[in-house]
Amino acid sequence: MDGTQNALLVPSTTDTPLLQVTGLTRLYGARIGCADVSFDLWPGEVLGIVGESGSGKSTLLSCLAGHQRPDAGQILFDGTDVLALSEADRRRLLRGDWAYVHQNPRDGLRMGVSAGGNVGERLMGVGGRHYGRIRDTATDWLGRVEIAAERIDDRPSAFSGGMQQRLQIARNLVTGPRLVFMDEPTGGLDVSVQARLLDLLRGLVREMGLSVIIVTHDLAVVRLLADRLMVMKSGHVVEAGLTDQVLDDPQHAYTQLLVSSVLQV
Amino acid sequence: MSDDAYNFAYLDEQTKRMIRRALLKALAIPGYQVPFASREMPMPYGWGTGGVQVTAACLTPDDVLKVIDQGADDTTNAVSIRRFFQRTAGVATTESTAEATVIQTRHRIPETPLTEGQILVYQVPIPEPLRFLEPRETETRKMHELEEYGLMHVKLYEDIARHGEIATAYAYPVKVEGRYVMDPSPIPKFDNPKLSDNPAIQLFGAGRESRIYALPPYTQVVSLDFEDHPFRASKADHACDLCGAAESYLDEVITDDAGSRMFVCSDTDFCTGRQAAGHRGRLSPLSKEIA
Repeated sequence: MDGTQNALLVPSTTDTPLLQVTGLTRLYGARIGCADVSFDLWPGEVLGIVGESGSGKSTLLSCLAGHQRPDAGQILFDGTDVLALSEADRRRLLRGDWAYVHQNPRDGLRMGVSAGGNVGERLMGVGGRHYGRIRDTATDWLGRVEIAAERIDDRPSAFSGGMQQRLQIARNLVTGPRLVFMDEPTGGLDVSVQARLLDLLRGLVREMGLSVIIVTHDLAVVRLLADRLMVMKSGHVVEAGLTDQVLDDPQHAYTQLLVSSVLQV
Repeated sequence: MSDDAYNFAYLDEQTKRMIRRALLKALAIPGYQVPFASREMPMPYGWGTGGVQVTAACLTPDDVLKVIDQGADDTTNAVSIRRFFQRTAGVATTESTAEATVIQTRHRIPETPLTEGQILVYQVPIPEPLRFLEPRETETRKMHELEEYGLMHVKLYEDIARHGEIATAYAYPVKVEGRYVMDPSPIPKFDNPKLSDNPAIQLFGAGRESRIYALPPYTQVVSLDFEDHPFRASKADHACDLCGAAESYLDEVITDDAGSRMFVCSDTDFCTGRQAAGHRGRLSPLSKEIA
């Protein structure tokens, strides 16, 4: 449960965690969204959050990403208290150092704007005012997510689901964020497309040294991507540790159920 | 009911007072959209209900009113609004830009330079420049508040990506005093440079959307662009066929079924003024006699 123990096992570039979360609680009236969640996330680390539907993992992610305000707890990003930030600073963080990949690419993309415009938006949002350079960067990023350069002026509505998801990832990573939130990034994609997307994500995460918090109910996804894992049930973190350790030797009854429920092909 | 039954300039004094308060706030925060309690006017939305309310709030009995529609003094919209204020306010009217103290306009800034003491009232259909990119009003207000204007450049980016240049030809977005991004109403981008450093007071009224915004005299207004695709004020590459003016904004008029066309100044007052001063264009009725 204590992130600091596991942190010793994770390669880190600095002495302080990138994100420190303590006692995060979000209530929906009398019902619990998530309760008393604490963890540290180190630079370059990928943290997976798994659990069944309604276990509070999406609530936790939206609290972390600033989409909802938690009722209690503290979130420190790089030593800064995120919850105490002004609206302007918080949104600047969301545009620059943070990125959020939605489950449904339609939530994260502008469907009426071309692929190049989608990728360029964050660049223009942080002050890019040179068309040629914005376009070059967008072309480069489309290449990195395996979208052909000649599709740069096509709208996302002309893209397949997998391409839309890859475009959303390019759009989010173009400004070189340090922390990426992902909500079921492979949800709704067929398995071969999922595999390619996971390959791509794994490559980008390693290459850019990203810290990632990834929420999913798919254990295969966290097995591939995550260094560390948190298992949630009824709003509480019931088990946490290194991914392989949790999946291969689950301690909590619920984790054992979860691991044994995966269909073997 | 006789025309005397109406209050001066149609609106009651409390309403004009409310509008004047919005105008003062708008002038104090150039480019900021001030909400106001827009009234039903005896004309359809889209005909300039916002402009008419602003004009009504500004008029005094001594004012001289000019109304133009696409630069012309003699189109239906201009004639109707001018007669409306003639009847309800009894003010003097004129077609001359120089003589007018209040000018209500739809889609143009007059060619004749404005002077201190004049008021230019624009009719605005959609005051929110970010509207077509971000449909949520709560979000656009937040974006204005936090100066998040990257999205505006996404629109210009799309223009260049699709057309090779910034194809937005009217309602071209501007930044006011380095702060608020503003929709200058659907004036051609040819007129954009005239917004900046203008000695006249410029007031913008959007009736259906219940918004007023303003540019005080000598306000700095910059048209948005990219470093490698700078803003260009464009017009048809011709001279006026009636008055020969090469520097005024032109309307293209199809003259027969064989594809013949002529270009004439969209500002009728400017054009007739030049003709009266003896300037002649390619198709002037008198040009043959003179030649």
